[in-house]
Amino acid sequence: MTKTANVEPATLSLAVSNDPVENTAYITDFSNDDPAELRSIYRMMLLTRRFEERTGEMYTKAKIGGYCHLNLGEEATVVGLMSALKPEDYIFTNYREHGYILARGVEPGRIMAELFGKDTGVSRGRGGSMHLFDIERHFMGGYAIVGGQIPLATGVAFALRYHEQPGVVICQMGDGTTNIGAWHESLNMAKLYKLPIIFYVVNNGYGMGLKVENGSAEPELYRKGCAFRMHGERVNGKDPIAVRNAVQRLRLMAQDDGEPAILEAVSYRFRGHSVVDPARYRDEEEVRRGREDDPVLRFAQNLLDAGILTDEIMKTMAEAIEQEVAAAIDFANSSPDPQIEDLFTYMYASPVANMPGPEDALEAARIARGEF
Amino acid sequence: MPERTFLEAIRSALIDEMTTDQRVFVLGQDVGVKGGVFLVTDGLYQQFGACRVIDMPIAEAGIVGAAIGAALHGLRPVAEIQFADYIQPAVDQIINEAAKLRYRSAGDWTCPIVVRAPFGSGIHGALYHSQSTEALFTSTPGLKVVIPATPYDAKGLLIAAIRDPDPVVFFEHKQLYRTMRGEVPDGCYTVPLGTAAVRRTGRQISLFTYGLMLHHSLTAAEQVADEGIDVEVVDLRTLYPLDRETILASVRNTSKALIVHEDNLTGGIGGEISALISEHAFEYLDAPVRRLASPDVPATAFNEALEAHFMLNADKIAHALRELAAY
Ligand SMILES: Cc1ncc(C[n+]2csc(CCOP(=O)(O)OP(=O)(O)O)c2C)c(N)n1
Ligand SMILES: [Mg+2]
Repeated sequence: MTKTANVEPATLSLAVSNDPVENTAYITDFSNDDPAELRSIYRMMLLTRRFEERTGEMYTKAKIGGYCHLNLGEEATVVGLMSALKPEDYIFTNYREHGYILARGVEPGRIMAELFGKDTGVSRGRGGSMHLFDIERHFMGGYAIVGGQIPLATGVAFALRYHEQPGVVICQMGDGTTNIGAWHESLNMAKLYKLPIIFYVVNNGYGMGLKVENGSAEPELYRKGCAFRMHGERVNGKDPIAVRNAVQRLRLMAQDDGEPAILEAVSYRFRGHSVVDPARYRDEEEVRRGREDDPVLRFAQNLLDAGILTDEIMKTMAEAIEQEVAAAIDFANSSPDPQIEDLFTYMYASPVANMPGPEDALEAARIARGEF
Repeated sequence: MPERTFLEAIRSALIDEMTTDQRVFVLGQDVGVKGGVFLVTDGLYQQFGACRVIDMPIAEAGIVGAAIGAALHGLRPVAEIQFADYIQPAVDQIINEAAKLRYRSAGDWTCPIVVRAPFGSGIHGALYHSQSTEALFTSTPGLKVVIPATPYDAKGLLIAAIRDPDPVVFFEHKQLYRTMRGEVPDGCYTVPLGTAAVRRTGRQISLFTYGLMLHHSLTAAEQVADEGIDVEVVDLRTLYPLDRETILASVRNTSKALIVHEDNLTGGIGGEISALISEHAFEYLDAPVRRLASPDVPATAFNEALEAHFMLNADKIAHALRELAAY
């Protein structure tokens, strides 16, 4: 299921095809797995699916504005990873992060409220879709600057080591992000200082409109650590169990042996880069094939075949999720906007002279009411 | 003369100049097959081919650095940074390399690159898709910083920037792309770098501005005109180096100055203009020089209302004009 690239990359063969659409190997033997855990993985995948579909809808209805990127098609990649993590772990992601924070256990309502820009959102309406945070759950944020999260994640791994604490850092990013300088600098440091970090590369075939192989001279991204003698693996990102198993293993390596690693999860982006991208640069046939191999449907089928899910359970789950997402939307809808009086809060830890402060915010509020 | 949007004017500059000069080529993320995130370069790939319209990896330092190198060997690169917010990884290449090459080679080398980047708030882009980053460059001798406000200027200034033998950072306000239309000639023409334009003549207050804020300022000037406040509006167009003559001539005429920009107050170009006026036209002034700028906040918040309060608009500018008129 997974293939490794250690120091001898030239001798490797691939278990997972380089073509994101062509991954056909799935784990179907669940005899060593807890059925309840499998069902909860499926449930989270379905929740992510519905949450994202409805998010797209809310965008069309202008409830959500700005830039918004969905995890549709990447549900197994997201949930497989998250199901392998421990509470002490830290996670950094790119801006395509709704599913990750959902799977970390944050209430869907607080996430949807952030997408709506409301005061009840996880970043109090200041961040929106691309900048979700949850400090209690060690969710260190979505990052809208490509590669912005990579050195930061490396630094948290350094701090874990420094404090001699258990846990690892997951640094999630997209395929296109492995081309920016910060990635190479961070890999080098992580390996040099033996940091507990996994660089989790979601290869969904494209960085915006650019195909992986047109942006990276080494399109087998898990091999990009070779220059740093860093362990790398590629896994079928449409199979949540394969992903989970790989992360569990690499997690222990990183935590216990100080061996950082690259894990490349091969997946497919069902829609355009962002909600508003018609993605005309993609071949119709490719998109059709990519969507046909649907990770949510396939996992459901595999669990049905193994007798772990039944039609009855699936139906009940789907209904509950439908309501949960609807409730999240209601919560977001009925939540208040941030106060204009708070425009200048959170700038510094303590009041700083000669910076905009509460009085300036009050004046902004007065101007807003047309009281010049 | 054909009507074009601001965006079409920029595209037309690229097409005309690439047709005229084989050395000119475009590089950036998704500028080719996709035609750019804002579709500025739409159709160029089909017209000029993959060798002259190059889709680059996500590597801003590499994109600008490679452009600098290509310029050193006789090419005329136009590098696109998708959003001005992503120019930071390339700042080292622009400030440490491009700006200094001619000087440190005692004139042997020349670095004729253009770095284009859309900037500005008002599209709910939140923290990293809204910034004005011009002040990073307006204190760097060796660079030229250009920000057009009209479609006509966008084309003429871009062609002038491409032809300029030195590095130019060229910012385009993304709110202007599709909302601003105007007459734009076919074929190549230039608008000289380093010259401001008086967009509205007036006798009481000089208002200095650029980019999107020019249009809000013109609206504000109209609003207060009915109240008998006569405002001269100057479009700076080139922020570095500044057109001192036009700025000083205007303020010597009106005796009052307001500078308006979307960039943050502290460190924005307004401070420089204010200093220029107090050094060279102090005795003409009837009031302190005023600045109206975005507040010194780390970034534009996502929420619509917070964003609206961060942003300047015609009402806020009109309010500042009235205060200054009353001084
Ligand atoms: C420094 C920087 N450059 C460019 C961008 C514009 N941009 C945003 S997402 C993106 C593509 C990223 O692709 P990938 O890493 O594969 O992630 P995906 O969107 O597929 O999840 C680009 C070019 C940016 N946000 N930051
Ligand atoms: Mg990608």
